[in-house]
Amino acid sequence: MALFGWAACSKSTPPPDPTTPTTETLEMPQPSYFPSVVYDLKSNPLTYDGFQLGRSLFYDGLLSRNGTIACGTCHQQAVAFTHHGHDLSHGIDDKIGMRNAPPIQNMAWSKEFFWDGGVHQLDLFPIAPIENPVEMDEKLPNVLQKLRDSKNPNYPELFKKAFGTTDITTERFTKALSQFMVFLVSNNSRYDLYLRGTTNALTATEKEGLALFKQKCATCHAGELFTDQSFRNNGLDNSRSSDQGRFRITQNPDDLFKFKVPSLRNVGYTSPYMHDGRFSTLEQVLNHYATNVQKTATLDPALQTNGQLGISMTDDEKAKIIAFLKTLSDEQFVKDYRFADPGFGKAF
Amino acid sequence: MKKLFFGLLFIAAALQSCKTDPDPNEKNTLTLSFLNKVGTQEVVLGQESYQNAVGETYGVTTYNYFISNISLKKSDGTTYTVPQDSSYFLIKETNPASKKVTLRGIPTGSYTELSFMIGVDSLRNTMDISRRTGVLDPGDATHDGDGMYWSWNSGYIFLKLEGTSPQVAADAAGNRKYRYHIGGFGGYNAKTFNNLRTVKLPLGSIAATVGPDQQPVIEVVSDISKIFNGTQKVSLAQYPTVMFADYSSTIANNYAAMFSIGGVKD
Repeated sequence: MALFGWAACSKSTPPPDPTTPTTETLEMPQPSYFPSVVYDLKSNPLTYDGFQLGRSLFYDGLLSRNGTIACGTCHQQAVAFTHHGHDLSHGIDDKIGMRNAPPIQNMAWSKEFFWDGGVHQLDLFPIAPIENPVEMDEKLPNVLQKLRDSKNPNYPELFKKAFGTTDITTERFTKALSQFMVFLVSNNSRYDLYLRGTTNALTATEKEGLALFKQKCATCHAGELFTDQSFRNNGLDNSRSSDQGRFRITQNPDDLFKFKVPSLRNVGYTSPYMHDGRFSTLEQVLNHYATNVQKTATLDPALQTNGQLGISMTDDEKAKIIAFLKTLSDEQFVKDYRFADPGFGKAF
Repeated sequence: MKKLFFGLLFIAAALQSCKTDPDPNEKNTLTLSFLNKVGTQEVVLGQESYQNAVGETYGVTTYNYFISNISLKKSDGTTYTVPQDSSYFLIKETNPASKKVTLRGIPTGSYTELSFMIGVDSLRNTMDISRRTGVLDPGDATHDGDGMYWSWNSGYIFLKLEGTSPQVAADAAGNRKYRYHIGGFGGYNAKTFNNLRTVKLPLGSIAATVGPDQQPVIEVVSDISKIFNGTQKVSLAQYPTVMFADYSSTIANNYAAMFSIGGVKD
């Protein structure tokens, strides 16, 4: 009996909470060839109800000042959660954003978020678009209050299902969104099939493209996520833009005009390209690297080797690399009904 | 029935074993009462009647700052540090209640020096969202409109000073505003400037004596004029907006010296 008493008072073993939901846990796909997961899944265990709540929130315009803009507005599933056809996204009142909306995929492996890495933790991420005056232009406390007052969907009930009580807090709100986003794993492209042993999943041309890619592009687009997650100046003409990239976050002159190396998974879906969406085709992107790299103080060393700017590629090599890049398109991912708009809310 | 019996027995045992001696300092309190001044006068928001060292006229419309990591030094040299989770306070000039910081459970003794950090320490700036409660919660209603958190460059704003000055060039809306939002904890994984400043304030000849029957109040004065008139003289016309930029460290260096002890009331 003394042992019982000790157990009851020990802080490390709290008595079971009778309101703990008996929700089904979800297992996030973790491909063996991906690097180790960055997101702390222990601090936010994925559950079916948490995921569904996050999905509702993701597609709900309630998160914006006037109800018109959801996360899903600028992050559309059919184009790997980017804003199709928009170089810069338009948010609330058709105001134009500062940068091209990046895809939402494989977020659990991301060390930093945004093109400039301004946020280091996924749970802190949603506050930025919500409070950005040209995106959702709302205040987080207002969002939480609107959720508490919401009858359709009945958010207090959805929070109770996911977290045990009807309390709606910042932590629960952002962690529910994280559960949805973390689960958006793209690992079923033809290239993945090839990696997993289906050698004829790629054509001979695509395999040649893969070899060329490894030789010419994989310094930065490294590993099976196709990014080393570093910040680099890739030689874009920056004379026309006031966007200083990573410098905005560090105020370090060495970081001027540097942006995060993006993953190339689903790159066939995510046009337009670059932080400002200036290129609409992959051909334009490769032409930039082949012939248009601009020399500036912070230009990446990898783009100026042997006294030559850019990456030397013949037209034939470019075509093969592009053929390979298109094998990174994950059709299952962009059509997975589990990730789709559940049908309420206002994602236009 | 048997289950119920064992259940009750379990609860009884649990209650029994949880009895501990009450904390002898449980009822001890010490209050920090913040008084925000411009020079010798308490600040009046909206009154454009102050002058800085470079001869500019200014008024104050918003004045908020975080205080954290409070510690108290005894006359014998030992230090009591307020438990970290209970050591974050947002002082807002518009909210009188926020200016009275009551610290509970302070050990009995005689204290001769107060120390605190202006801002939110770097560790807390990088913690999980679950550790950001109360005034540190970006979703807390008290943040509304004051936004003491940068969501786009994750980190807290340590001090926010906004106001007007006829010497500041008019913006598109015709307003002559200055806006100082000072933060910067040193960077998460890339080094950047660190504007955290720690203040040590000797209480002078009168110690703050804390005990079950003594609950002193320390008046802490912040002098806004020192933000402009510090080791470096700041011109509002030249720097109407200071946010996440190198010059913010000049402002932080100035405000590091703006606090003083107004008095101790036992």
